[in-house]
Amino acid sequence: MNAPAARRIPPPVSLLAELTHRCPLQCPYCSNPLELERVDRELDTATWQHVIDQAHALGVLQTHFSGGEPTLRPDLPELIRHAASIGQYTNLITAGVLLDRAKLERLADAGLDHLQLSIQDSRAESANRIGGYKNGHAKKLALAKEVTAVGLPLTINAVMHRQNLDHLDEIIELSVELGAKRLEVAHVQYYGWALKNRAALMPTRAQAEAAIDLVKAAQERLKGVLVIDYVVPDYYARYPKPCMGGWGKQNLNVTPSGKVLPCHAAETITTLTFDNVKDKPLAEIWHRGAAFEAFRGTEWMAEPCRSCARRELDFGGCRCQAFAFAGQAEATDPACTLSPLHQELVAIAEREAGAAEPDFLYRNPRNIQAAALPAPAPLPAE
Amino acid sequence: MTGRVQIAASSVPRLPRGVKLRHDSARDAWVVLAPERVFMPDDIAVEILRRCDGKADVDGIVDELCQAFSAPRDQVMTDVLGMLQDLADKGMIQV
Repeated sequence: MNAPAARRIPPPVSLLAELTHRCPLQCPYCSNPLELERVDRELDTATWQHVIDQAHALGVLQTHFSGGEPTLRPDLPELIRHAASIGQYTNLITAGVLLDRAKLERLADAGLDHLQLSIQDSRAESANRIGGYKNGHAKKLALAKEVTAVGLPLTINAVMHRQNLDHLDEIIELSVELGAKRLEVAHVQYYGWALKNRAALMPTRAQAEAAIDLVKAAQERLKGVLVIDYVVPDYYARYPKPCMGGWGKQNLNVTPSGKVLPCHAAETITTLTFDNVKDKPLAEIWHRGAAFEAFRGTEWMAEPCRSCARRELDFGGCRCQAFAFAGQAEATDPACTLSPLHQELVAIAEREAGAAEPDFLYRNPRNIQAAALPAPAPLPAE
Repeated sequence: MTGRVQIAASSVPRLPRGVKLRHDSARDAWVVLAPERVFMPDDIAVEILRRCDGKADVDGIVDELCQAFSAPRDQVMTDVLGMLQDLADKGMIQV
């Protein structure tokens, strides 16, 4: 009817609570920022409880406990119990290597609704190499069985790239075998650590297309047995992904030190500033925080997004990818065929995917300095 | 491994662990909370889901809905079976 009504901000649906950046694994595509937060900067239990209370009051329905590895926090059961007691749907996103049956039972007793377990591959040797953690794969498989034995619903999350994509059929079968009801097949998104490792991760177009066909067939075949959610490899797509379902529209992300982000990778956009839960009420940050307001709605868009018929469908794609590649967060996501940079993006992907894979730059505190260096120049065209 | 569930008139549907139907006060609306998913069911879906209590069979649920909304039974049965099968395929309903 009038301007304020049109700009009414809907309540957030989910809170991603990144309890810590510490993690025993070192996956080279980790979604944590290059600058990992130190343990002495982590929010304490009472502050997290207050964040969860405020998120609940704002309309958040689901709290996802994530990291780093959230099970490193001794107060995890307490935080789950608190969230569940006020009516939050609670989800644990874990690498699983630090859990056992007794700890799982404590989490289930505390009111945990669902557990998402990451795997790095279907084959132990490769999985352990990718995760940079000895014997991790076997621990994960053992834990998955305990999860279903305890009665907790299980999702397997598999991040896909050139070094494991050809095992996707095995990963799907493994998920069924482990008793998961849901599988998230997520192609690597290239910002932060993954961007540093892009040449080691980028699949070929043929690999990516084969994976799409394979997932489609498996979704049909496994109806009612396994739900497969699929994040497409967007470098080879026609249109960009509708990132986060719209900026500042559904999701809140709170970092270990209390910064509030519209998406977990938003800190890669160095032109944005982020409010902290220690300084301001969460509602004020959600409704009026500069980082949240930056890309809400469509007024911030430039062409070709501004007049595009798809602007309310994909919101111009991923702001982090636009910033990483175009140097401007307002730019069209270069994954979109309408972006002037799209051809360049595809050329880089094809070149890197076609060359021998370099070693991983593992995600760990030791490598932060190396990661801070500019990315190596793309390989010269042959 | 369990196979695909086929919903029939004699099935007794319920929400599995990890799937919850809740009234949300912030939105003044019913919501279905599931693993990393949130659905906003329409009014008819809410009426069906509220009756999926692990006690009533589909026949009984359809009888109740016919009475409550004075709708033709065949039509209601078709709609309920269709919706529950779709939800079962997505892991949102067990029998």
